Amino acid sequence: MNPILKTQIKEKTILRIQADQVCVDYNGTVALYDASLKLQSGSICGLVGMNGAGKSTFFKALMGFVRPSRGRIRINGLSVTKAQREQFVAYVPQNEGIDYSFPVSVWDVVMMGRYGSMNIFRIPRESDRRAVIHALERVDLIDLRERPIGALSGGQRKRAFLARAIAQRASVLLLDEPFAGVDVPTEKLMAELFLQFRQEGRTILISTHDLNHVRDFCDFVVLINKTVLAYGETSEVFTSENLNKTFGGIPPNPLSGRRSAKDFPNE
Amino acid sequence: MSELFIYLMPVDWLVDPLTHEFMRRALMVSALVGGVCGLLSCFMTLKGWALMGDAVSHAVMPGVVVAYALGLPFSLGAFVFGVGSVALIGFIKQKSRIKEDTVIGLVFTGFFALGLVLVSKIKSNIDLMHILFGSPLGISRSDVNQTLIISFIVIIGLLLFRRDLMLYCFDATHARSIGINTGILHYLLLTLLSLSAVAGLQTVGIILVVSMLITPGATAYLLTDRFDRMTILAVISSSFSSILGVYISYWSDIETGGSIVLVQTFVFLIAFLFAPRYGILKNSNFVNSN
Repeated sequence: MNPILKTQIKEKTILRIQADQVCVDYNGTVALYDASLKLQSGSICGLVGMNGAGKSTFFKALMGFVRPSRGRIRINGLSVTKAQREQFVAYVPQNEGIDYSFPVSVWDVVMMGRYGSMNIFRIPRESDRRAVIHALERVDLIDLRERPIGALSGGQRKRAFLARAIAQRASVLLLDEPFAGVDVPTEKLMAELFLQFRQEGRTILISTHDLNHVRDFCDFVVLINKTVLAYGETSEVFTSENLNKTFGGIPPNPLSGRRSAKDFPNE
Repeated sequence: MSELFIYLMPVDWLVDPLTHEFMRRALMVSALVGGVCGLLSCFMTLKGWALMGDAVSHAVMPGVVVAYALGLPFSLGAFVFGVGSVALIGFIKQKSRIKEDTVIGLVFTGFFALGLVLVSKIKSNIDLMHILFGSPLGISRSDVNQTLIISFIVIIGLLLFRRDLMLYCFDATHARSIGINTGILHYLLLTLLSLSAVAGLQTVGIILVVSMLITPGATAYLLTDRFDRMTILAVISSSFSSILGVYISYWSDIETGGSIVLVQTFVFLIAFLFAPRYGILKNSNFVNSN
């Protein structure tokens, strides 16, 4: 263990995510440059930017799907590949990114969170089953565990994938547009869950362009447009000047309570 | 022909063909190949690889011809060309702006044409019809052995890695984010696909083998919401169709490959109409009652 990590554990906070001047380019096209970010354990952080601003590229870099052409990423002090092997990182996908006609039950999906800790043939042990039951109870889906994943509502689907991340026991959670298509009870449950996660020392990074939810849920916010424009506590970073920079002069105004354009597709 | 059905008791209809060595062999091979392809077809339909299955099965053609000409096991040649075609598809897609389905169509027809030209140019005792349409009734002992080995490899591979492959088909992003090497899974599935295509062309031939690699999975998909149950249903329906197809082919003196695939398609149509939850008759009732 490196000495920095050791002292941090003494202070009971760990640097969960550390990105130093990360650059990513796809065949010469720059998607992200000089992106730096530090996130401690027990924080909830919103990653805000327009489509194509580099949110998903940043996620991909954190998950090791793209290699930064410059810069360095550390998760819990380890390289991304090692962190993945330790099951530190969980990705909670957008609802649109999943094939819901796939013949798997809620139980099967949550069990997938345990695969990385199982042996190569993925035979569940008693401890894996207990972890799945525990995760399902926390998201209030234990009674629906036998349901096919496609038979769930949008909010229940989101909870199923959160349960998968819980079962994985990940300390870093990457959530992609978690509030899209989610009902009110699920939103309440997610709010409680996030607070519990924070208490447990997990770090949550939420990629979204829904500014209202960022205000309600996130302690920190990262504004991104090809690079990190501003980063800090939500109340300090959410200024109209910063949002102007992020959204190129046409920001959805969070201060008036108006929701982002995505919630009003007809406008 | 219809007189046969009238005069024969059902038991005789089933037992009579078994007195022939070639029929026992054909039924055994067809049932096994049907089961193997049925198992793989679940992954093909869930991954959306139907066109890939079509491509690989056609692309093995020149491999079979070359292997026969060189006196090598035909499965070896077929396997090399099957995997080679996939590698070439990946290469062209990566290096050009052409869309994937176009590249797939382009590569497999090119390989298939090469196979046809080779058959006409290489003077040997290769029977083109045998390769194109299969001939389980005339399968040789060495071909049976090859098919047994291939089937064994595919079944073991799919059973051992079914969880990983299922996860890869369902959510490859999650698989990668927990440290699973999805590149290996991709090529594992392609390898098993090539091997299954080689096995399948024994019974139904190159042209129809894609049916073996898709239809049972599609049928099972309409019948259940459970992955494990889907694999079992696909294997059963595929083996059953293969056996029934061979029987019908024997008694009616019709082409065997076509017979097997027709039975399989018929089974699919039954599921399409009457599946408890996803059959169209069920759906129309549901709509009417509302």
